Amino acid sequence: METSIWRALLYLVGLLAFAGVNAAWLGWCERKGAARIQRRIGPCEAGFAGLLQPIADGIKLMSKQLLVPQGVDGIIFRVAPILMMIPAITSMVAIPFSENIGARNLELSVLLLFALASLGMIAILLGGWASGNKYAIISAARSVSQNLAYEIPMLLTVITVVLMSGSLNLHDIAISQQGGFWHWNIFRVENGHFLTMWISFIIFFICSVAETNRAPFDMAEAESELVAGFMTEYGSMGFGLFMMGEYLNIVVGACLTATLFLGGWDCPFGLTPGIWWFLLKIYVLIFTFIWIRWTYPRTQIYRLLNLSWKILIPFSLANLMVTAALIKVF
Amino acid sequence: MNVPVHLRHDETFVLNLGPQHPATHGVLRVKLTMDGEYIVKAEPVLGYIHRMHEKLAEGGTFAQFMPNTARMDYLHALAFNHGWALVVEKAAGIEVPERAEYIRVITVELNRIASHLLWWAAFLLDLGGFTPLLYAFDDREQIIDLLERITGSRLTYCYMRFGGVYNDIDEEFIAGTRACIKRIRGRLPRLYHDLVTHNIILIKRIKDIGFITAEQCRRYGATGPVARGSGISYDIRKNEPYSVYPEFDFDVPVFDEGDSMARYMVRMHEIEQSMRIIEQALDKLPDGPVMGKAPKVLKPEAGYYYSAVETARGSLGYRLVCNGDKNPYKLKLRSPTFSNLSLFGEVAEGMLLADALAFMGSLDLVIPEIDR
Repeated sequence: METSIWRALLYLVGLLAFAGVNAAWLGWCERKGAARIQRRIGPCEAGFAGLLQPIADGIKLMSKQLLVPQGVDGIIFRVAPILMMIPAITSMVAIPFSENIGARNLELSVLLLFALASLGMIAILLGGWASGNKYAIISAARSVSQNLAYEIPMLLTVITVVLMSGSLNLHDIAISQQGGFWHWNIFRVENGHFLTMWISFIIFFICSVAETNRAPFDMAEAESELVAGFMTEYGSMGFGLFMMGEYLNIVVGACLTATLFLGGWDCPFGLTPGIWWFLLKIYVLIFTFIWIRWTYPRTQIYRLLNLSWKILIPFSLANLMVTAALIKVF
Repeated sequence: MNVPVHLRHDETFVLNLGPQHPATHGVLRVKLTMDGEYIVKAEPVLGYIHRMHEKLAEGGTFAQFMPNTARMDYLHALAFNHGWALVVEKAAGIEVPERAEYIRVITVELNRIASHLLWWAAFLLDLGGFTPLLYAFDDREQIIDLLERITGSRLTYCYMRFGGVYNDIDEEFIAGTRACIKRIRGRLPRLYHDLVTHNIILIKRIKDIGFITAEQCRRYGATGPVARGSGISYDIRKNEPYSVYPEFDFDVPVFDEGDSMARYMVRMHEIEQSMRIIEQALDKLPDGPVMGKAPKVLKPEAGYYYSAVETARGSLGYRLVCNGDKNPYKLKLRSPTFSNLSLFGEVAEGMLLADALAFMGSLDLVIPEIDR
């Protein structure tokens, strides 16, 4: 792999632009999508179809005073929103967008992505704790228990994929699924894996909804219970960074799902594979996230934990054992 | 969760829920003593929107108080209009033409449907489902448009008069009402029940949560869907009939479970029953004037008068004291939500915060009606 400075700069700018554009315009997509689901129009004043709305929101948020209330832990309060963004943007480094597009081809990229995903939770915990607000602290405590509960089944299902591909490298995992949708992990027919891989996909998808704190699992910012959860005391760009971080987490989650289960940049019908297929897949996944959020009511925190500890973890453990056995048999 | 929890009373903190909080729908404040996410003690604090409407009644004539009634329960304002008209008519001995009573019933029932739809929307919002809100508002909008044509206002109606109503209904209103009922009938099973009522998340959130026993209902004086969800078949329209309600064939939906789901189902069935009443009233609508003979200046004989109506939230009583003057001497309202809310403290004990808020939503609180 070449390591010229230009390549590094190109990827730095490119990934930051990808992250920034997604963080800003996914908000627009969400609002437009929600509006269409709810028979409204959604943002339509700023620019064509409201496309400039994220810029208007950004200017508004940036021009507001960063209010630090009395009695908060000043440093942590200011650092937490940044901590939310850092792991989300860093994760982009390890994602293979297509065969040739990908900042670093790391041997342990799966491991790196999950390590970074856990860091986002610490930002929520710190933000909630530093706020010194009871709603924020309840929200932070919920968020930690939720993330702990859902990382276990998530990792257990990822192990099934790793067992199949024999690699912890996302690039290699994607390459092993090339050649049409019947090679994708979710639909894989060879070696008897059609028995287990779709279960893995469902568990993984549920977990990624919960990991990104999206409805119906948005316990951390359940607005009808906890006002705004850990973001209650945040205004201006502090709030803006949390929102952008949330959208970036969704993008990373969708990228992971697409790479692990949906063949990465592979075309379902054997046409030219490329980055457009990858982008199509992640935006379909993101739309599904939005669709779910605007359809279902919120569940409760204890049902959420029950779902993980009593259903998802046993199922994913059994799934892992069956997958391992199938690999041995075939 | 209905597993009895051991609450620690020594390690608690106080959480102020409101007066500004997204789930309290207005300026209700609940002082919660919490153990983690469990509620040890819940104390509703009232008075943030007290406007002394009852005292204001003493300062003006009987007719001048009519607009105030709509500002108490703004979601079922016509029932409050109706109650006030009934008690003053009783005091002053005013006859109401039959057509006017029919129109009163039609508009009150339309308003009841609108109120239940809004409750449904807000309840789902409490549970984190935002989309149903806008679908319910879509249906509610049709009803509000109909009522606006006849009454002149969209929310705080001042439509009833002593001796009748302000405006007659026309063919367009009747056709519009029938079309509206047809539309809601079509949407109730498909949209409301398939999308929401049978949703597993919703069922898990409100079934077996927030139990109210019939004994508690009697002790606190809870009425309306709250009592009917606990197996008490009490509806003023049936039990102490007023207006022309005895002429209609309708059922009082009663559910015995006493949980939030039962109250939910009571209201959903009441929407259907209200539509039945409206249809019958439109079919039987007699001809004639909509205003009876009423004196310009009302001076009821001195005495005590009481009249009760069934609003969307329960039984509403007007207690009127007259001393022969052209002003009320004293007025006292028995408003349903006040009694329904007073249950909250006892039932919410030992509940989780999220469940308690879902339970609070199922009580259908309208704060300006509690505080008056």
